[in-house]
Amino acid sequence: MNFSELFKQSNQLCKVSPDGKYLATCVQYRLVVRDVSTLQILHLYTCLDQVSHMEWSSDSLFILCAMYKRGLIQVWSLEQPDWHCKIDEGSIGLVSSRWSPDGRHILNTTEFHLRVTVWSLCTKAVSYMKYPKACQKGIDFSKDGGYMALAERRDCKDYVSIFVCEDWHLLRNFETETQDLSGLEWSPNGCVLAVWDSCLEYKVLLYSLDGRLLSTYSAYEWSLGVKCVSWSPSSQFLAIGSYDEKVRILNHITWGKIAQFEHPASIDNTKAEGNFVLSVPELPHPDEICAPPIQIPVVKPDPDRANPKIGVSVLAFSSDSRYLASRNDNMATAVWVWDMQKMSLEAVLEQTAAVRCFQWDPRHPRLALCTGNSKLYLWSPRGCVSVQVPAEGGFQVQSLSWHCSGDFLILLGKDQLCLCYMDEHALVQDATL
Amino acid sequence: MPESSLFKDGRRSSVESRTPPLRQLSQSLQPLHRNPHTISIFCSEHNVQECLSHINMEVSSLGLPPVWSELDGSSVLNVVAVLNRMYDLIQLHHKSLRTVENMEVEQLKLNSNVDFLKLTTTRLKEQLDVSKRENTGLLERERQLLLKVKSLQNCLKNEKEEVQKLQNIIASRASQYNHDMKRKEREFNKLKERLNQLLADKKERKQAIDVLNNIGRADGKRSLWKTEKTEAKHEGEMYKTLLNDYDSRQRELVLENAELKKVLHQMKKEMMSVLRSRKLSLRGEKADLSGTQAASEEDEEEVFDSELTCVHAREKLTNSIRLQWRRLKSHVERLDSQVSLTQMSKSTTGDPVPPRETCEKEMERLKLEIQQCKDFIQTQQHHLQQKLSTPCDEDAALLLNDSYMLQEKERLRGEWKNLEEQRTIFEKERSNFTEAAIRLSHERKVFEEDRATWLKHHFLSLSPFENSIKPQLSKSSSAILISEADSSAQLAPEKLSSCYSNSTSSPSAFITSPSISNLQHTLDLIPENGSTKPGRERSVLCENIHPRDKLWNDDKDLSSK
Repeated sequence: MNFSELFKQSNQLCKVSPDGKYLATCVQYRLVVRDVSTLQILHLYTCLDQVSHMEWSSDSLFILCAMYKRGLIQVWSLEQPDWHCKIDEGSIGLVSSRWSPDGRHILNTTEFHLRVTVWSLCTKAVSYMKYPKACQKGIDFSKDGGYMALAERRDCKDYVSIFVCEDWHLLRNFETETQDLSGLEWSPNGCVLAVWDSCLEYKVLLYSLDGRLLSTYSAYEWSLGVKCVSWSPSSQFLAIGSYDEKVRILNHITWGKIAQFEHPASIDNTKAEGNFVLSVPELPHPDEICAPPIQIPVVKPDPDRANPKIGVSVLAFSSDSRYLASRNDNMATAVWVWDMQKMSLEAVLEQTAAVRCFQWDPRHPRLALCTGNSKLYLWSPRGCVSVQVPAEGGFQVQSLSWHCSGDFLILLGKDQLCLCYMDEHALVQDATL
Repeated sequence: MPESSLFKDGRRSSVESRTPPLRQLSQSLQPLHRNPHTISIFCSEHNVQECLSHINMEVSSLGLPPVWSELDGSSVLNVVAVLNRMYDLIQLHHKSLRTVENMEVEQLKLNSNVDFLKLTTTRLKEQLDVSKRENTGLLERERQLLLKVKSLQNCLKNEKEEVQKLQNIIASRASQYNHDMKRKEREFNKLKERLNQLLADKKERKQAIDVLNNIGRADGKRSLWKTEKTEAKHEGEMYKTLLNDYDSRQRELVLENAELKKVLHQMKKEMMSVLRSRKLSLRGEKADLSGTQAASEEDEEEVFDSELTCVHAREKLTNSIRLQWRRLKSHVERLDSQVSLTQMSKSTTGDPVPPRETCEKEMERLKLEIQQCKDFIQTQQHHLQQKLSTPCDEDAALLLNDSYMLQEKERLRGEWKNLEEQRTIFEKERSNFTEAAIRLSHERKVFEEDRATWLKHHFLSLSPFENSIKPQLSKSSSAILISEADSSAQLAPEKLSSCYSNSTSSPSAFITSPSISNLQHTLDLIPENGSTKPGRERSVLCENIHPRDKLWNDDKDLSSK
């Protein structure tokens, strides 16, 4: 595995263009665009203030730089470096900003979630969406970019509006049966919208594209409920991670639970047949495969605090829907990998420190994870490997993201970034590494 | 003996003395067991002395003074003494009677006591039984109560735990609510501040967008007005996507269903075949079997025909499978029960026999097979052992192996040597051949050059200058040349042939050099008369010759010069 040299970045803002050709990083108030293969700087733009959020348009032609403090957005063009666009939200403030799927509209959420402003770069027209809800995930675009779902709150009731992204036509607006809607997510096939309630009530609602309620799922009452929700890329499964340290899998035909994955502190033979990997760099054999029974260190959360660090907070499906990776917050050093064909535990990857970030390769069933030290860990069904990032002065890997081709990884440190190029056969074809 | 009888009678008589006046009466009223001749038998006129002594003895044994002492000397009885003794004896008798009475009374008392005690023991025993029963009843109750207590304690514990859990839930919900409240309050405060700020702020920054130039739409089309038509189009598209999704899902499900139906059909067929094979062995159920078979076959046909009417077909299929499965299950259960019955009882009547016999036959066969296999394995093992152990002595075996190897090695070595030799020979021959070829080419070249010079000379010699020797020489030289050429030609094949023979290369060199020297000879003759050019050429020629012949040629040069 090869590593590139270190580059500067700020705010963990480093994104690859959707077509995979360019790499954009923000360094303080500058936007640097590099070519992905040569890492040469192609364009350099200067923004008016420190950039809080940066995003590529879907056609990889424009980059959006948002400066929330100033309430400004600047849009840069790759084709015409001289082209400029500045959107000033004025006194109303800016809390979040994003592209629309067609790459020609920008949606700004104002301060206090007063409204969502839709700016058109084609016509300079403005349109507004009222009463957006301030929640974990209030806006979601469908994968094909055709529809947008917006969570709204009006008169102490939750609503969902579905817009057609082409012309922002309001297709449907319906009330949801939630107490306090916390998030919504489209299924990858764009036909089903999953809506879930806040953690005070375990409720997941499934709505069809035309606004009909397809099904309701509630596993239990009173205890803290849903923590995170994830669709499988094939739209067959909906994985729900909750505060009771369990993951429940719903199927797309009956919307009933077909499996329940638990995260016990001690794993014995009867429960799982998978491999268990212990990655402890200090040991002579860095990657050990341990046999069950195994104890996983548990950190009990403070019972008096809200949003306790307990329960499954991160769920990620592999690109072929074959594997599901989950992390239980009170066992933050372990990542659990489940096999979706057998509906059983495949592996438990235990690290020395809390796992900060993990992501599946967009092409192959390969999981990359980092714990905040200077190592990168990779796992695949054929084996696993840990790689030390060669950098002078110690590079702490705090987050990572894959390139869309699965050929290399972007590792982000505190204020530096590094690219890690995969071997052709690293963990994908042969077990030889 | 007679004394004893007398003695006995005497005793009896003493008993009788209790009622003296009634002696005679008593004699007649004696019980049957008493001897009628009691009195007269003990003492008669003849044995008075013996009787007296006997009585003395008896009396003394009783502790009384004797009746008659021998010291008196008179044969007459001391009546006083006798009467005294008699009185003593009577007293004794009375005493003994009294004691007997007392004892009888005592015995009666004791008997009554015993009866009383017996009664009391039985009563007490009954009481004991009753109390024991009560005790066990109480123990049982106590145990049940203990169990109840335990279960109640468990319930209490569970309830406490649940209460604790609910309290925890309430606590977490409360903290969540508090947190949310605080968050909302903070946001509210921010809003208030913002509002104040906005009210206070004079200039209001308006929203604005500043674009250098409009950019085209992503898909290049022009945007449309929002009309009913577009709305309808959107609706239509939405429904289309939904329908497509449903279509694809339905297709998948149809395929899955078809697969599952196939599997069920197969299962049904297999179950039927299994049942058929088993049922044929039994008698008396053929009619039933055929009926069921026919029905199931009908079923199958129906199913295949009516695949289009999915619901009915599915129901029929599942029903028939359930039926077959039930039959199979009942059959297996029957077999199981039969097996257990035959195991328990040793009667072989009717139906159980055939399966049992077949089972036993099977078992016998399998056992035989196992035995055969075992024997086979053993023989194989034995053979293997033998094979492994034939080199009994390890050293000898090694030696033997070595010797075999030696021979082989020797043979191989010899062959190798031969091959090496042949290879070297071939190499040499090849080099010779190449050398010869080179030399031949050289010679040819030389020859050609010589011919050329000779022809030139010939031409030159054909000049008007008359030279008597020259033509002759030329002729002769030509003749010689020709002959030499011939000879050289002859020699050449010889040379070539010699190359092929198995000899070193030196002879061939010698063979070649004479030819060249001959040529040179002929050539020498020419320049004697002609110009110096040929000489130079000859020297040139000489130089062209193979270095091995150089000495020779130098000699020749010297000689020519």
